[in-house]
Amino acid sequence: MSETLLSISGLSKAYPGVIANEDVSFDIRRGEVHALLGENGAGKSTLVKMIYGLVKPDAGTMRLNDKSFAPSEPRAARAAGVAMVFQHFSLFEALSVAENIALGMETPPPMRALAARIREVSQDYGLPLSPERLVGDLSAGERQRVEIIRCLLQDPRLLIMDEPTSVLTPQEVEILFATLRKLSADGVSILYISHKLEEIRALCHTATILRQGRKVATCTPKDVSAREMAEMMVGVSFNAATRSSRPTGDAALTVEGLSLKASSQFGTSLKDISFTLRQGEVLGIGGVAGNGQDELLSALSGETATDPGSISLHGQDISRLGPNGRRRLGLLSAPEERLGHAAAPNMSLVENAALTGAERQGLLSGGFLNWPAARGFTKNVISGFDVRTPGPQVAARSLSGGNLQKFVIGREMLQKPDVLVVNQPTWGVDAAAAAAIRQAILDLATNGAAVLCISQDLDELLEISDRFGALNEGRLSLILQTSELSVDEIGLMMGGAHELDAAHG
Amino acid sequence: MDLSSINPALLLASLLVASTPILLAALGELVVERSGVLNLGVEGMMITGAICGFVIAVNTENPALGFIAATLGGAALSLVFAALTQLALANQVASGLALTLFGLGLSSLMGQGYVGIKPPPTPKIDFGPLSDLPFIGPVLFSHDLIVYVGLALVSAIWATLKYTRIGLILRAVGENHDAAHALGYKVVRVRVAAILFGGACAGLGGAYISLVRVPQWTDGMTAGTGWIALALVVFASWKAGRVLIGAWLFGGITVLQLNLQAAGVAIPVEYLNMSPYVITILVLVIMSADKTRAPASLGRIFHASD
Repeated sequence: MSETLLSISGLSKAYPGVIANEDVSFDIRRGEVHALLGENGAGKSTLVKMIYGLVKPDAGTMRLNDKSFAPSEPRAARAAGVAMVFQHFSLFEALSVAENIALGMETPPPMRALAARIREVSQDYGLPLSPERLVGDLSAGERQRVEIIRCLLQDPRLLIMDEPTSVLTPQEVEILFATLRKLSADGVSILYISHKLEEIRALCHTATILRQGRKVATCTPKDVSAREMAEMMVGVSFNAATRSSRPTGDAALTVEGLSLKASSQFGTSLKDISFTLRQGEVLGIGGVAGNGQDELLSALSGETATDPGSISLHGQDISRLGPNGRRRLGLLSAPEERLGHAAAPNMSLVENAALTGAERQGLLSGGFLNWPAARGFTKNVISGFDVRTPGPQVAARSLSGGNLQKFVIGREMLQKPDVLVVNQPTWGVDAAAAAAIRQAILDLATNGAAVLCISQDLDELLEISDRFGALNEGRLSLILQTSELSVDEIGLMMGGAHELDAAHG
Repeated sequence: MDLSSINPALLLASLLVASTPILLAALGELVVERSGVLNLGVEGMMITGAICGFVIAVNTENPALGFIAATLGGAALSLVFAALTQLALANQVASGLALTLFGLGLSSLMGQGYVGIKPPPTPKIDFGPLSDLPFIGPVLFSHDLIVYVGLALVSAIWATLKYTRIGLILRAVGENHDAAHALGYKVVRVRVAAILFGGACAGLGGAYISLVRVPQWTDGMTAGTGWIALALVVFASWKAGRVLIGAWLFGGITVLQLNLQAAGVAIPVEYLNMSPYVITILVLVIMSADKTRAPASLGRIFHASD
């Protein structure tokens, strides 16, 4: 096992104005699961793209199996035995599973033979998949299987996985880990990129940590704590979110029998959702993506009007009010999709701040916007939430995902909401910024606001929420105290199991 | 009014002829759109093909050379579009509209001095005894090569898209160009090839109007056929078989309304003239009720970032 498969030495890559990687060197052994850790923008993606032949390094060399390895394109990398599962799935929704897999192969066999092989490999590795189905109809977990099987059919020697677990339920993560361990035992090396430090400790043999494009450490994850790894990534020590015990107050937001038909073919209908959100509490809503999260957010934010009487704020029926009416009453929301939903990509930060903040921040006078005041509000968001940007005038799309997320969350929080609804508040945000956002959510609740946090990151929900429920196919599970829950129970709630009702009823 | 003067066999035969230009242009555009590119310049490429084919056919006295020239002319004009949208990353809608205007102007310039001239006749294929069969003979076996080329293209494009690797790659590029790029496929190269194919088909369709259908040259003689071809592709849900049905429908109603006009039906000529456009669109709207999605990357600019 000590034989080296891939040896990287002195790899550097610069883009105009940014150094993505500088002098990165490390080795991956045969059959090893090797973690690549780093904050957003630490250069993980660029490094991986160089190994996969999508980006050419400026300097440095790679050796694969003791032979010089400089793939000029992904095809060459694949031919050399390097396969990659992408973070944002690189699948074609309108094509079938088999067609998608055929596209990732050099010389695909005829369709019928390929379908048989897909069935065979997917059974072998415990990832059942039917080759005829359209990818557009598959769940996130199933789509990932398509990618993995596409890689496995090429008998790879190195499998690169970019944040594979961000879309999976705990049970699906277990299945994936079992598959990866089996592959590792078969001698396949795995380069595993993730933000989730506990996963890395459970799965990986070695970890290489990048910071600002440079390698800062190599460690054995089992021997160090998640906290230590996070500090190596960030370079400074930071605190996990702390909650101060607080009494929960009166009901702030009451949802009763909320049902909503899906607006699109691939959407999910909400079915008879009821819950009460109290002042001073954080209610966490978990569940796998696509089980009604977006629909719930749009019903609560006011983008979609619902049946009269289904949503009330402090006893007042707000079901028919639009987003601005609800904002005026103190219910604010931050949707998941940063570009295009939470923020208009081509408008400046000031304009984006004015779009949701105009009413509550008093930026309007007689229909005219008070731009100096809007700029002041924007600057407050930027300084209060450590948004890294050249200034308030830059377009929203020019910010990195994490920074834009901080801006979007900060913009709503500074408007002093009574009730805040957020969806995926720390999606794609690095560990330090995520910790800051979680802390801000807890502080908001401590100050008496009610927060509904929809997220697919279970660790996050367990960390910040007082009570927890899960969405499954548009239905909301029982809502239970977070402190009483085990991970198994959560998994069952997310899977829509009903034996919980009996257990806790 | 004398409806008995309408001969069904001749009607069907001329339907095939009348539908050929729009069929060719729409098939080309279908391939272009399946690769994720929206080229609104079909009309411009058709009329350019029409005049290129006409000029060469008249000067060489050889219609075959004319059709080849039309194909090249249409493809050459589409190359302008390809350079603008795929290399300079210009907006596809604006570039396509400009291409139409440019094509109309260019053809008008090239066509000066060719008005009123008759092109050499395009020979019909000799099927021997087959063309003497009653009814079927005149309907199916009395045409020139281009009609059969159009029909062959329908099945060729259908089979290529469905069964071949090149078709799969083309669909993949049109569906998700970022993913196709990440897998190592040459998005720009595939799209330029598709655009050239679309231009060639449109040029051929245009020349069929100026050399066979109308046999003469007048400015702007394609008269919106290119636009109907564009609509046809959308309403045919990007499927080759439905494009054929739509083209036949359009061609059939065009021929029928001409026959009705000749027979002196008491409907104002203007209504008869607009009927092919209205009815084709209506039927296609109904046909496209199954909500097949457009290629997901259609009209989006692909920029190969890192």
